[in-house]
Amino acid sequence: MSTDLSRTIGDVAELVRSKNAGPFWQTFDIFCDDDRAYAELSGDGVITAERIGAAYHVDPATVAVFWLPDIRVIKVSVPRPVSSGSALDRDVHAGQQHVPLMLLPVVP
Amino acid sequence: MTEPVPAAVRVLVPTGMIGAGTTAELVQAGIDLGADVIACDGGSTDSGPYYLGASTPKTTERAVASDLRIMLKAAAAAGIPVIVGSCGTSGTDSGVDWLAGIAHQVMADEGISLKVARIYSEQSKAVVLERLGAGRVHPLAPAGPLDPATVDRCEHIVGLLGHQPIVEALRQGADVVLAGRTTDTAVLAAVPLMRGMPAGPSWHAAKTTECGGQCTASPRSGGVLFSVDAEGFTVEPLDPTNACTPTTVAAHMLYENADPFRMREPSGTLDTSAAVYTALDDRRVRVEGSAFEHADVHTMKLEGSAIGGYQSIALVGIRDPEVLAHIDEWVAGLGQFLNDGIQRILGLQPDEYSIQLRCYGHNAVLGPLEPEATTAPREVGLLTIATAADQATATAITKYANPYLLHFPLPHMRDLPSFAFAGSPAETPRGAVYEFVLQHAVELDHPLDLARIEMSAL
Repeated sequence: MSTDLSRTIGDVAELVRSKNAGPFWQTFDIFCDDDRAYAELSGDGVITAERIGAAYHVDPATVAVFWLPDIRVIKVSVPRPVSSGSALDRDVHAGQQHVPLMLLPVVP
Repeated sequence: MTEPVPAAVRVLVPTGMIGAGTTAELVQAGIDLGADVIACDGGSTDSGPYYLGASTPKTTERAVASDLRIMLKAAAAAGIPVIVGSCGTSGTDSGVDWLAGIAHQVMADEGISLKVARIYSEQSKAVVLERLGAGRVHPLAPAGPLDPATVDRCEHIVGLLGHQPIVEALRQGADVVLAGRTTDTAVLAAVPLMRGMPAGPSWHAAKTTECGGQCTASPRSGGVLFSVDAEGFTVEPLDPTNACTPTTVAAHMLYENADPFRMREPSGTLDTSAAVYTALDDRRVRVEGSAFEHADVHTMKLEGSAIGGYQSIALVGIRDPEVLAHIDEWVAGLGQFLNDGIQRILGLQPDEYSIQLRCYGHNAVLGPLEPEATTAPREVGLLTIATAADQATATAITKYANPYLLHFPLPHMRDLPSFAFAGSPAETPRGAVYEFVLQHAVELDHPLDLARIEMSAL
């Protein structure tokens, strides 16, 4: 396994995407091409409620992480900071909000 | 009288949303595969609170009419029903009537005569407040308990229908069911459930196909057909050159879903955690092991949209490399200057307005979440968004800001720069800005409670 400290979740995953899940949630899907990438990203301390909370400025207690080894997907859902399309919202479909997660270093 | 239970029930999903586009060839391919019903939805909350708040469709009439014409002609020829849910994007009563009007015109043009049911699910404030008072409205995460004042603020409230009102309309003899706000899945699961198929596979198949081709290898190649039987379901694309794979099908449980294993419906909860996805061949997928937990009390999720103020916007382009090299400093100075003037000269208190300065091309999309170190952008579109309690105030803010958006300098500049307004007038009134304010479910007395079915022969 590489020890390159600059490698990000987006470098290891095949695809990281985000989307609204109703008006009050946004959800992130991390797709891995192979078992090795999935194993690396599902390792201890890589994707945790604390790291997600810090990247998205939300309480870690509200972060939900789901592991789907059969299809090599890690799914993360967090409440939106403001509801979809309201006066202060920047991304109605939350379609570009995956980037902070994608740019997280694999090694914390 | 008990109807015989068929071996399988097949649902043709021509598109993820009526108006998004389908073709007569693809729909015919589904008819040839033995479709028992053509069904799709007509909207969702995905495009934001405006469409519900203003009760206005997102889709355009010609595109909806084009899809509906293909669906109604094929269904009339095959003698099978058509179901469209969440009519008019938000599923308000006027959205249902809008789609019914289009259906009427299409049938008149084509010489088709079908019996149409309209199912309304818009809810009055009085009904919601009465149930709230009776302790029968419950918050859904991340919402808290509902304040009656929030209900009073709503411009429109809709409840999400389950499958039973659709089944009831079909039992009353409807050929075409046009429903108000409905769960995406109920539109597709209704006929399999009505004809005795098991709940787990019926709901899971519906969730898999609710965005049409999204569960296929080539999502833009059109819709899909699923077939539910006693043991599970099979899904395949309508386009013979497209394919479903176990991964594309399993992955769709992720899409726009906060929880990839459990999904609440009015009548219970779909649980896909034990589902097994198998390739039948290179383009069809078989799914077995889906479960459904029937709820003790049927519930209806509510959606409500309220006015959150009025907005005016202005877009100005910045290309000067020196300003761009100091863009954060420049925009912070501009914001401070404008807030000072809005309060001092326009006489507004800080809680009476907001002004957002979003640097598109720099950090507008992520704002405070932007993780990348700043590099000077080549060009920035500064979008100024003023929000206030009325349109005149919002527009006054953008008019006051206009000369500073045009000329605001960096501190050391001896000459006033001029930036590039995108057009004249620089400011654009946007009208009301809406917000979703309900994330709550109401208990139902029975499965048809709070749904209103009207039959008409068009």
